Amino acid sequence: MPQYMVLLYAEEVEQADQEQRWAEMPLWLELTEGLRKAGLLVSNGALRPPDMATTVRVRGGEAEITDGPFAVTKEVLAGYYVLECADLDEALRHAARFPTALYGSVEVRPIVDPASYSQA
Amino acid sequence: MTSQDEIAAAAGSAAAAERVFRDERSSVLATLIRQVGDFQLAEDAVQDAFESALATWPRDGIPRNPGAWITVAARRRAIDRLRRDRSVADRAARLAELTRLDGQEHSAISEESVLDDDRLRLIFTCCHPALDQSAHVALTLRTIGGLTTGEIARAFLVAEPTMGKRIVRAKRKIAEAHIRYQVPTHDELPGRLRGVLRVVYLIFNEGYSASVGDQLTRGELSGEAIRLGRLLCELMPDEPEAWGLLSLMLLHDARRAARTAPDGRYVSLNDQDRALWDHDRIAEGLRSLDRAVRAHRPGQYQLQAAITALHVRAPSPDATDWAQIADLYAALGKLSPSPVIDVNHAAAVGFAHGPQAGLRLVRPLLADPALDHYQPLHATNAELLRRDGDRLGAAHAYQRAIELSENAVERAELRRRLAALCGES
Repeated sequence: MPQYMVLLYAEEVEQADQEQRWAEMPLWLELTEGLRKAGLLVSNGALRPPDMATTVRVRGGEAEITDGPFAVTKEVLAGYYVLECADLDEALRHAARFPTALYGSVEVRPIVDPASYSQA
Repeated sequence: MTSQDEIAAAAGSAAAAERVFRDERSSVLATLIRQVGDFQLAEDAVQDAFESALATWPRDGIPRNPGAWITVAARRRAIDRLRRDRSVADRAARLAELTRLDGQEHSAISEESVLDDDRLRLIFTCCHPALDQSAHVALTLRTIGGLTTGEIARAFLVAEPTMGKRIVRAKRKIAEAHIRYQVPTHDELPGRLRGVLRVVYLIFNEGYSASVGDQLTRGELSGEAIRLGRLLCELMPDEPEAWGLLSLMLLHDARRAARTAPDGRYVSLNDQDRALWDHDRIAEGLRSLDRAVRAHRPGQYQLQAAITALHVRAPSPDATDWAQIADLYAALGKLSPSPVIDVNHAAAVGFAHGPQAGLRLVRPLLADPALDHYQPLHATNAELLRRDGDRLGAAHAYQRAIELSENAVERAELRRRLAALCGES
């Protein structure tokens, strides 16, 4: 069966609107569980906001690390990996190994740990 | 005692408490961040401890070992805060560890080497490449230097809430992106150390360039950078570039008082009153440079410090060893190529071997379209042409340099030289 990546885009919102989005939680759960039960879900996750991102580019053999998301509009999202790493440094080391880092950008964005929901 | 004296005594001891606390703060914070695993929580706990120190020290006297006192107080506040704050990851494990440390408090004051490691961890985390450069500077000054957010904001001419947001965001990224609290591994250390040194030098230059801002806060920034430089040398005594940077900062800072005339005008090195130089600072700077050079691992800060040392050591501007300065610039250019260094190299060669030799180096730079708007190139070209007797060429070059200058003081100086050129017969 072919696989598809479904990308979710939304405007960043202030705290008040964020509360409203929390109200959608049951909908999210129902949807995710439905897809899982149907055997259609491969993996999913919520991303931390773009300002928590780090971008890696390798130029002239040197890894250039910058704070923030990639900013070149010509570049399009071309693929993704989800890695489990001990810390950001390990994730950045691997990010610099992808050939895309040589001519494009590799953005490393933390995925929200689902356990942090239950603590909050 | 009259009430007036009482007030004075209390104010005196409050000020003393504040000073002692400030000296100990970064070490305590560095260790507590490792123990609680959260920057913000550790900072809040240390701030709590500061408030109780201000409440009790002026009354009971400053404790014999203030560092230990603050460590225990801050740790207990961290335990209280952790009990209330459920958002911290590994909360239960952190609480257990802190409670255990608190139980054995008399033996728990860490070894010197552990304290040093914690301070290094703090420095490298504040200067982590996944954080923005402006965040490096702010976090370093806030956590290691112990400046308040307001002081940092004033020094960088930024509104306090803006600076506050910048610091909060950086701390959030450390937590959310899981930037580990550690000294980089061996193979990553050289690159990461370069980053740390750059941050310290940036802080120094921000304080040294007298162009904008409150003079007093800016002087404090340079002092803070020198303090950070000394700390790096203490923590990493085998890193020659750390000594090189300390030397460079000291040799510049020693001439601070001589750099500005009473009317605020900039005084160039050649015209400075050497009696105004701080000779203790110069001696410390030269000792630091010697220490660096003994490692036989040259680097950009050591070379820059060596150049500055030659200027400072010369008995008079005319007796400066320009030939050696030219060689050092050549070495610096190979190590970190930049047009700034190329232009300085050409100027030094011009002094060492005559204006024609300098002009030979300037010509290829003038042909580079990327440097067409680089003001110092045209100013140097003008000086060399004037000394070579080409008054018309020099006049054109001065004119170009004046057009490109963004600094009123510099522009006035260039105009003065152009006018003098036209006055010569």
